[in-house]
Amino acid sequence: MTDIYLSDERATDPEIAAVNAALSAAGADPADPVVILETDRLYTSGTARRRQRRHFLLPALHALQNTAGWISPGGVNYVAEMLGVPPAEIFGVASFYDLLHTEAPDHLDDVFHVCVDSPCRIEGANDLADRLRAEGKHVHLGPCLGQCERAPALFVQGCGGRPDYVPADSAATGATAKAATGATTAQASDSATTQAPDSASTKASTEQPFLLPQAPNKSLRLLRRIGVVDPCSLDSYIAHGGYTALHRAAEIGAEAVLESVAASGLSGRGGAAFPTGVKWRAVAAESAQPEQSEQPKRSKQSKHVVANCDESEPGTFKDRIVMQHDPFALIESMTIAALSTGATQGWIYIRGEYPLATTRLQNAIKSARAAGLLGTNIADTQHQFDIVVRRGAGAYICGEETALFNSLEGFRGEPRNKPPFPTTHGLFGEPTAINNPETLLNVIDIVNEGADAYRSRGTERSPGTKLFCVSGRIGHAGLYETPFGITLGELIDLAGGVTGSGQLQAVLMGGAAGSFVGPDSLGLPLTLEDTRAAGTTLGSGVVMVFDTSVDMTDVVVRIAEFFRHESCGQCVPCRVGAVRQHETLVQMQHRGRLSPQRRALIDDMAEVMADASICGLGHTAASAVRSALSLGLISQAPISPGLISQASIS
Amino acid sequence: MSTTDTSDVTTDITTDTSDVTSEATTETSDVAETITETAVTITIDGRSVAVPEGATIGAACNAAGVNTPTLCWAENLTPVNVCRVCVVELEGSRALVPSCSRIAEQGMVIHTDTERVRHSRRMVLEFLGSSVDLSQTSDLHHWMDIYDADCDRYSEDDHDAKRVDEPVKIQDELYIRDYSKCVLCYKCVEACGDDAQHTFAIAVSGRGFDARISTEFDASLPDSACVYCGNCVAVCPTGALQFKTEYDLRQAEQWRPEDQTVTRTVCSYCGVGCNLELHVQDERIVKVTSPSDHSVTSGHLCIKGRFGWQYVHG
Ligand SMILES: Cc1cc2nc3c(=O)[nH]c(=O)nc-3n(C[C@H](O)[C@H](O)[C@H](O)COP(=O)(O)O)c2cc1C
Ligand code: SF4
Ligand code: SF4
Ligand code: SF4
Ligand code: FES
Ligand code: FES
Repeated sequence: MTDIYLSDERATDPEIAAVNAALSAAGADPADPVVILETDRLYTSGTARRRQRRHFLLPALHALQNTAGWISPGGVNYVAEMLGVPPAEIFGVASFYDLLHTEAPDHLDDVFHVCVDSPCRIEGANDLADRLRAEGKHVHLGPCLGQCERAPALFVQGCGGRPDYVPADSAATGATAKAATGATTAQASDSATTQAPDSASTKASTEQPFLLPQAPNKSLRLLRRIGVVDPCSLDSYIAHGGYTALHRAAEIGAEAVLESVAASGLSGRGGAAFPTGVKWRAVAAESAQPEQSEQPKRSKQSKHVVANCDESEPGTFKDRIVMQHDPFALIESMTIAALSTGATQGWIYIRGEYPLATTRLQNAIKSARAAGLLGTNIADTQHQFDIVVRRGAGAYICGEETALFNSLEGFRGEPRNKPPFPTTHGLFGEPTAINNPETLLNVIDIVNEGADAYRSRGTERSPGTKLFCVSGRIGHAGLYETPFGITLGELIDLAGGVTGSGQLQAVLMGGAAGSFVGPDSLGLPLTLEDTRAAGTTLGSGVVMVFDTSVDMTDVVVRIAEFFRHESCGQCVPCRVGAVRQHETLVQMQHRGRLSPQRRALIDDMAEVMADASICGLGHTAASAVRSALSLGLISQAPISPGLISQASIS
Repeated sequence: MSTTDTSDVTTDITTDTSDVTSEATTETSDVAETITETAVTITIDGRSVAVPEGATIGAACNAAGVNTPTLCWAENLTPVNVCRVCVVELEGSRALVPSCSRIAEQGMVIHTDTERVRHSRRMVLEFLGSSVDLSQTSDLHHWMDIYDADCDRYSEDDHDAKRVDEPVKIQDELYIRDYSKCVLCYKCVEACGDDAQHTFAIAVSGRGFDARISTEFDASLPDSACVYCGNCVAVCPTGALQFKTEYDLRQAEQWRPEDQTVTRTVCSYCGVGCNLELHVQDERIVKVTSPSDHSVTSGHLCIKGRFGWQYVHG
């Protein structure tokens, strides 16, 4: 059938059925003949790749994993035939992801993923894992699951065709216990956290007892519909003001929207704080027509809007809450982005550990399409736009925008060298506006009320409100929204103050890629400019609180382990540097001290990672470690072996 | 050390479009007048150099007579810019840039010998030397001396720095794979795939430090798509991929490149006209290469040209 060399192994009937179903659901006709064209791991062959259907690879691999508990050789051969991707490359892709296994399992049971990142480890992740093991469950210890407010977190990966799900009360210290009185509670329709992949309204025995620790109030902008609107109902969304912004955008036109977004001063909430207006303007300026070019591969066929819903920065869970409880808002704001940039194709790349959010978004897309709000002539304009949802498979690096493109296209999630930038060479090598969901959500208010009203909140250089993911030793862990400019101390008070010993030891700002600040930073206004001036970052909005009883050495060693585990391995500074950094810190933990030579070595390694790595993962892999060292957070005394990191580095 | 660079670095993720100021510096303007429209002029270590549009900073360095170490770059392969040993300082850019792939833009000001550049190159070399066997990667040793790389400082008395430790794969009589020497330069993958062979028998698998070059499920080469063109062996800079003849001679401590003669000939198996270089030691052909600048082959061959000589010896 193809000129691809296949071994003798053949897929089982259930594997074939699952792959066919996944391909159909993703829009590929399983009966379509396979076209084999050149592949290219660089950006140059975008359209060729797409023709070749390679971007269906990840959905096909998810189907295999879910059916057989691994990516079997027979399954790989079948996918190779269907998509025209060589088996060695499929193996290379599958072995990249934590949720895909390339070794035969010894069971067909569901796998219980327990988070061992800091908020979860200090709230008893290891005990939870022990308890599950004692129940005979198959446990996998891994990085942040995006549920840090309900630490210790758990995600169950279904096998044998069973769906993935998140149990409501994974923890002994369930979120219920910590919920603030007066907090928003979920409506009946919010209660489903277990979802079969195609039924958005399935009610399961699992309940999420509360949504937001902040009582509903007028200052909530991005979160105002959370817990109020029915996330499964377009009518409910419209009844709560939904889609007025899209209609207004259609009325005032692309140019006016671009102007408002630029005038609003909105900057990216995914961590890099890049001005959204500049990004959209650049994409809008690109031609959507095929260019006359000597290199036909570079001709531009379409423009894309991508929502980066990979949310894997340890301590971050804001996008999950928004997507689960207000999914139409993301769809509406992506549509506004498409209208103003001239993009026709929308993509949601969502981390694989978010089954409920995935289902709710798919449902929202379906409803919007049925109502003429996606598809052709959206909102009675000439514009055409539709959205596809794709699931990641367990890789922090796939949140880096160019790694995300490669992953979505069916390649290994390895970041690309920049330049060229996504605005000209993004998904499939075509002009792409990629944004974080929180960034996109802001556009609804900007269009509805105008840039001036938007700027009335926040500060001059950080206009608007910000979502803060508050976790760790804090009274009411959860998602908070305040105008930029609240101080760190005020935010901690708002969240119920420091628990544990009651004495603050440190706060990790911005997640593993951010840095620690000490108690002397409580007066720090949380704005882009003030955090930058203070040598720290807001990053993705992580505020992780540690009281004086927490062993910070353990926390820091775990951060180093996280980077070691998540490095894509492409470039030498990060691939080797992340390992050497972790080794050095583990040694320090065993010895209880860090010699001056070792300390100098850490700085030497940090410099090359920050200076010579390809992407932001390597650039920031040492920043939390160094900040902990300079704040003196790391104990210089030997610690008990029981506390030494137990997370697996598989 | 403070953490002042964190926010800068995160901003860098998407913002460095504007990093490079493209105004030509005044020193370079006189040179610019003498060159054609399609040339760009950049400054390297204080000297201005004109290169054709589309040329890399690395090419400009060569034109300026500045030597640059490279490992993952090759003239006959698409740059993957992963090893980072070639980094240089570009004024206005927060991070260093890979000279092998970054396209020269009018007015760029480049420094190749600053403390930052030396530090990063040194660390990349140390990282590689501390994790894989570089004994047969000859080019790098010279640079290790220049940058004073100390690959042993990562181990301590009671702790060995983790290395890539893999048994040598000997699965046929044509070539061996010793991934404990592999620096993950991606050259073999490119040669087997897009850039030459289009066989796609091997790919990068795994992630992070555990990333390895592999066939699907690590199948042995005879059970894989491999057609034994040997193009991967030809581009491998480390000896991780090695002709079996060479490997056997090295094992027997009889590999003597200094005693080898190289004869150019044209392959007689078909009419394409591939140039061959026969490496002869003790009157036996010990390996066959092809000049990478040759217009027909760009250094790439098929099984007949690469291994057909084995029949010469019967
Ligand atoms: C290692 C790494 C992980 C990232 N993860 C995410 C993520 O999960 N979500 C996200 O929105 N941005 C993430 N980013 C930032 C993206 O590359 C990109 O800047 C962002 O999606 C742009 O959207 P924005 O301008 O709306 O922030 C990550 C960056 C790096 C380097
Ligand atoms: S910095 Fe790390 S994650 Fe980024 S490309 Fe390099 S190895 Fe991969
Ligand atoms: S010998 Fe040729 S076909 Fe085989 S792995 Fe090497 S490049 Fe690929
Ligand atoms: S085997 Fe050789 S060519 Fe292939 S990646 Fe390793 S060092 Fe590079
Ligand atoms: S879910 Fe455990 S730290 Fe985020
Ligand atoms: S030679 Fe430039 S990155 Fe490898």
